Amino acid sequence: MRTRPEEVLAAIREQKYTYRQKLQVLAGLAENLLDEPALGPEAAAALEARIICDMYEGHAPYRARYILPDYALALRKGSDFLELPPATDLDEALAHLLIMYSNVPSITGFPVYFGDLDSLLLPYVGPAIDDETLHRKLRLFWISLDRMFPDAFAHTNLSPVYNRVARTILQLERELLQVVPNISLKVHPTLTSDEYLLDAINTVFANGKPHFINDDLMQHDLGEHYAAVSCYNSLKVGGGSHTLSRLNLKQSVLAHHGDVDAWFASTLPHHVELTGELMASRIRFLVEESHFFDSSWLAREGLISLDRFSAMFGIFGLAEAVNLLMERSGRSGTYGHDEEADALSYRITSSIAQLVAELPLPYCAGNNGHAFLHSQSGIDLDLDVTAGTRIPIGSEPPLLRHLQTVSRHHRFFQSGVSDILHFDDMAVRNPEAIVDIIRGAFASQMRDFTFNLNSNDFIRITGYMVRKSDLAKLPAARHSSTFLGAGSVENSHVTDRALKRVVSHESSPVAGL
Amino acid sequence: MSHHQSLVSDFLPFTWVDGPGNRLVIFFQGCNFDCLACHNPQTIPLQSVAAHTWTVEDVLQRVRTSMPFIRGITVSGGEATLQWPFLVELFTRIKQDEEFAHLTTFIDSNGHVEPAVWEALLPVTDGVMLDLKAVDGTLHTELTGHSNALVLDSIRYLAAAGKLYETRLMLAPDRNDSDEQLRTTAQWLLGVDPLMRVKINHFHAHGTRSPASNWAEADEARRQRNRQVLLEAGVQYLC
Ligand code: SF4
Repeated sequence: MRTRPEEVLAAIREQKYTYRQKLQVLAGLAENLLDEPALGPEAAAALEARIICDMYEGHAPYRARYILPDYALALRKGSDFLELPPATDLDEALAHLLIMYSNVPSITGFPVYFGDLDSLLLPYVGPAIDDETLHRKLRLFWISLDRMFPDAFAHTNLSPVYNRVARTILQLERELLQVVPNISLKVHPTLTSDEYLLDAINTVFANGKPHFINDDLMQHDLGEHYAAVSCYNSLKVGGGSHTLSRLNLKQSVLAHHGDVDAWFASTLPHHVELTGELMASRIRFLVEESHFFDSSWLAREGLISLDRFSAMFGIFGLAEAVNLLMERSGRSGTYGHDEEADALSYRITSSIAQLVAELPLPYCAGNNGHAFLHSQSGIDLDLDVTAGTRIPIGSEPPLLRHLQTVSRHHRFFQSGVSDILHFDDMAVRNPEAIVDIIRGAFASQMRDFTFNLNSNDFIRITGYMVRKSDLAKLPAARHSSTFLGAGSVENSHVTDRALKRVVSHESSPVAGL
Repeated sequence: MSHHQSLVSDFLPFTWVDGPGNRLVIFFQGCNFDCLACHNPQTIPLQSVAAHTWTVEDVLQRVRTSMPFIRGITVSGGEATLQWPFLVELFTRIKQDEEFAHLTTFIDSNGHVEPAVWEALLPVTDGVMLDLKAVDGTLHTELTGHSNALVLDSIRYLAAAGKLYETRLMLAPDRNDSDEQLRTTAQWLLGVDPLMRVKINHFHAHGTRSPASNWAEADEARRQRNRQVLLEAGVQYLC
């Protein structure tokens, strides 16, 4: 939809936005004065029917969606553009990082990746810096991250080996209880100690972070230099993702007239192709029209390179697709509760994985000319459809069954899959049990592991955190993401609908997922 | 091939409250106590139509399903040690079979167990969680229908063998949770092992029979008080 002048005036008049949020909205409205990148009639119709979805990224992409600069390189050699020499001590490293972050774009307007902060800073933390000094310096830095980049998609990673910086970061997380940064901990079966995991698990008890990611599996799929950014988006460092488009599997099945085999044979491949067309057209615009990679300082200075970029092919609504297809074959079993339904779900994800692996896309050298498959965790406009490959909230089977069902999907989704496990307070008395479950999950080839404790102040919307007490404070929340719900920062049409949605978080935060 | 079968009332693929880490727990049918406050009284009779007859292989099949996610198994009840020959066979199999050898074996017991039974079990058992309903003999008989002599012996025996993982106090308001009772209990336990790990299980009326179904449950203030008394009495590892 093209921008209407009333929308511009409404955004200007809106009192719930900070100045910066207003600027962001106005930029989106300006972008959407243009026509969307050209599509064939079938893809355009599928987009209109929301069988395929462009995540409301905007009509004229002028920066890649997710960008993962090689900050280690920038700290080592400095930056001409930012007139920074190489960092020589911790103070310089911290200052240079903040300066760089404020010059890193993304779909949200804020950086989605802060680097693997423990391993980035470790070279600057020698024995001369005692624990108290480290704590004090990192504390200010941590507060700066939250106040300067108030977006819960801004993400840091912790490396697999326990170290002083990681320990201090987890301690600060428990002390400060901030929304930013979001955190993923890379868990390696042997390098990551139980002590480290326990420290991290106790941090989840306090403020819902970090996520845990399967380092073995990630390295296998993405190489040594990878990170999880935004929420559950695993990509190559020094690269990123041009765009994320997604296929609504529920709508795909609803649009299909015929039996299950026919859906697999014709409708599904067709919809995968149309999603590919949407992605290709957006990628071409970004690279060829906006000249992002020709003009960005990040590319010029070698902190990102086009050949480490790819794009993300998202799917969601697997649960509904499975249940609808079961119904069509006269079966009553549902996803997560029935062997046959689960088998059908694996047939769907493995078929899509194969189709996407064969789908050629331009400027996707980061994955040999193809997209990375992604189990998309939803945006605030999704109604009556389940995020990604999740089992619908409220109908999850017992934990073991839940893990067994979802873990078999994870290997297909190189660029991330979100399943959220809800644990009761019993976990607090036995954090070792969570260590066992995380290790078991990763041994079973799960990729991403997130758990929520029902009692802390944070709730997870689609994969990022919002503070319950902040929701109560609306209007005038400082974090864009609190305000707008997932995807809304990306959705430049921030309308009343999005704001109402925040109200619905308040009344039923979990059901709103 | 397994020679023994056992009566199992239930099992859980995951438990977080029956020993260290995430575990599979098997509840055996039959108990030699008859506690007023038992919240699973259907597991007390030695026979039950609701129970299942399992072989060692039946248990191991369940263990396999849970295995990547657990660090061990716990046998509970009822009173699991009543089926000790079965447990010896099960635990020996777990310890000897490469597939299972990394798992730990724990027993949840009421402590009314002959030393000879412990002697048979301990070589293949990693730890025991033991319930102590009262140090006072008369009160113990009132609460469980039996003397606590064997229970106290078991605590001493297991602690000396280094196999007592924790002692569990089931506390019910005005039955066995007065400050004085708690102090006496703590003293006795710390006399056995100054670093004894003690866990409080507060009484819940749910599932119990009359008259316990009418007993009061501890409120938060009372729970805090119970903890405080035990801590002040010198218990260092209180869960
Ligand atoms: S020892 Fe346990 S199972 Fe046996 S009667 Fe007492 S509470 Fe019930």
